[in-house]
Amino acid sequence: MASPVARPPQPRGLWARLDQLARASAPAALAVLLLLATGLPLGSAAREGGMPLTPLAAVFFWTLYRPGLMPPWVVFGLGVLADLLSAAPLGVNALIFLLLHGGVMTQRRALAKQSFLIVWIGFALFAAALLTLNWGMRTLLSFTIQPVTPGLFECGVTIAAYPLLAWLFVRLERSLEPV
Amino acid sequence: MIQLSVPLRQALARLVLPALIAASFGLMLIGKADTVLVERLRTQLADVVVPLYAVLSRPIGTVRDAIAEVRGLILLRSENARLREENERLRRWYDRALALEAENRALRRVLNAPADPTPIFTTARVVADVGGAYARSALLALEPNHAVRKGQVAVDAAGVVGRVSEVGNRSARLLLLTDINSRIPVLVERTGTRAILAGTNAPRPRIQYWTGPEQPQPGDRIVTSSEAGAMPAGLPVGIVREGRTGLEVEPFADLDRLDFVRVHDFGLSGILSPDAVVRPVQRQRRTGG
Repeated sequence: MASPVARPPQPRGLWARLDQLARASAPAALAVLLLLATGLPLGSAAREGGMPLTPLAAVFFWTLYRPGLMPPWVVFGLGVLADLLSAAPLGVNALIFLLLHGGVMTQRRALAKQSFLIVWIGFALFAAALLTLNWGMRTLLSFTIQPVTPGLFECGVTIAAYPLLAWLFVRLERSLEPV
Repeated sequence: MIQLSVPLRQALARLVLPALIAASFGLMLIGKADTVLVERLRTQLADVVVPLYAVLSRPIGTVRDAIAEVRGLILLRSENARLREENERLRRWYDRALALEAENRALRRVLNAPADPTPIFTTARVVADVGGAYARSALLALEPNHAVRKGQVAVDAAGVVGRVSEVGNRSARLLLLTDINSRIPVLVERTGTRAILAGTNAPRPRIQYWTGPEQPQPGDRIVTSSEAGAMPAGLPVGIVREGRTGLEVEPFADLDRLDFVRVHDFGLSGILSPDAVVRPVQRQRRTGG
């Protein structure tokens, strides 16, 4: 679905163009940074699958509030990056992020007007469904039943981390407003 | 730029998402069919991100050390008592070890037995822990032109950590022995029973398929076995513990806080993983063509 918001006029000067490029790529850049940050060796909690799947929150937030800044190909790129980084079967994260993008796109109009709590519950439902699918795909692709507890843990942490990440994204979104 | 009419552009925009979803399925197929290509992509990405992680992991290491320091200060008294008791015990062992070493040397001289060769090793810093919920792996930062190869064994100060599964120019991926895909041939030291140590993604891998009638008992020491030429014999792995679902092994290596590991080249080229076998063929092709 195309963004219902009309595009701003194209700026002419080089600096104005650079500025616009930086603004347009900021959400994706932040998502990549957050994804890389989850790989930092933080100790035993991180080993038990205790790291949130931050791109899920990023894709959800930007698709919901500024879909123009999170186009499908960026979502796909984030997914492939997550797959390659985590040595996951290639394509699994890409598929999940794209499904989230598509799913949020269909519910956008209803969800974007709601209070934060409702949005958070919406995110929790999406995350739970998609991480279940993630577990299923991995089990299917590796022909072995994957353990369930780390996945549950990951799901819980991802949902719990959403308010913090959303706060970060809101800060970024405000700074992106054209002055 | 080609000017498209608005309805056509909207129709194309609507097609992007399904096309990309189809592309993800395509990637899954490629990932299953051409593991060499996917591995090369992965190592190239690792080569790019590892220097970044190497910079970032330093302050984090400092913070972690500071936390450990504070915890150490709080538990100072009990820790001190424990260490004093352990020191006493170890001193007795030390005397014993010195005596045994002297005896061993004397016997070797008598028998003219060659000493065990000292293996060549590379020390590498663990900079990232990128497995997520479904894998236990770590990224190592290496110097360019390193000697690390696929299948080599990584140990920390206390015991086996895992094996090298992918090697790039400046990075290597380590498959920890707790990973669900890790299988390590081991030996129960007390009985000499051979077994397989299978990772389950849980902190303690499971011990399986032991030979002979005697079952490993909780408290037994587990060391690596040279079965199939994949590992050198006798590297310390862990201690058998009674788990909820069966016998598990508590690794000696501190897998939660890996900082530096030694990657040993024992000159072994035994059975690795099915995709590792592809490598020599590929190299031949490259030199030939």
